[in-house]
Amino acid sequence: MFKEHIGKQSNKVKNIVERGAVKKFAESLGDLHPIFIDEGTGQNSRYKRNIAPPTFPRVFDYGTIQGLNLPNKGLIHGEQTYHYERPLLVGEEITCYSVIKNYFEKKGTQGEMGFLVLESFGEDEMGKQVFSSTQTVIITEAVRKVLIG
Amino acid sequence: MSSLAELKVGESLKEVQLDPVDRITLIKYAGASGDYNPIHTIDEEAKKVGLPGIIAHGMWTMGNLGKLFTEFYEEGFIQDYTIRFKGMVFLNDVVTLQAELAEENENILTFHVRAVNQNGNEVIKGDILYHRYAS
Repeated sequence: MFKEHIGKQSNKVKNIVERGAVKKFAESLGDLHPIFIDEGTGQNSRYKRNIAPPTFPRVFDYGTIQGLNLPNKGLIHGEQTYHYERPLLVGEEITCYSVIKNYFEKKGTQGEMGFLVLESFGEDEMGKQVFSSTQTVIITEAVRKVLIG
Repeated sequence: MSSLAELKVGESLKEVQLDPVDRITLIKYAGASGDYNPIHTIDEEAKKVGLPGIIAHGMWTMGNLGKLFTEFYEEGFIQDYTIRFKGMVFLNDVVTLQAELAEENENILTFHVRAVNQNGNEVIKGDILYHRYAS
């Protein structure tokens, strides 16, 4: 049911690596290190700025993939990857979008399960890729029935 | 400033044991991340999907595990971070974060990373490829 969506891409959305959001995010992980939040530490670092934690892209808006309607309940997050060319810098603008990379089904203990692989990208102001990520979402049979029904 | 330079293959970073998971921590992560799936904050919603109670966001655990590397940003950065979510984290669980240096290949240090609960069960597991700067 998701197979026909493979290859579809979202619209691109501009995001700012916002100072307050980085602080709130680092704080929620108990990771209030000065490299993330202290301007002086940032300026004196090799990055000349503060940077964001590696899982910060969870915060970004990746746009909407037309026709893809995922429920916000009943999904299982199976796998997550991040690949970075460099750390994210506080204050920079990152353009984000997602692509449906794959969808396949497997028989599991809880019946037929669907695996949806979403690949997401973040580009800097020069259009250069800063990070990519993949998220594998497991869609259980119960949820799939609701979607079809 | 601590350094990864002295770490040898087979050795581990100092492990970190988190405080028992409480609701306010997960509410804060929900707000900070924008993930408001109610199974992470509201018991009734968790029970509706067959869970005994709320569970931590997988990304909360992954984010915590990444902080083992925060103090080393001056000498390199996390180039690849790959995680498989293996088990659920419930309220009051005590999660321990671990990273072992598995391989050193020029400027790439490969760590096997995992978070285990108080019963020794892995809740997340994966690899971090740490890119060390040349100078």
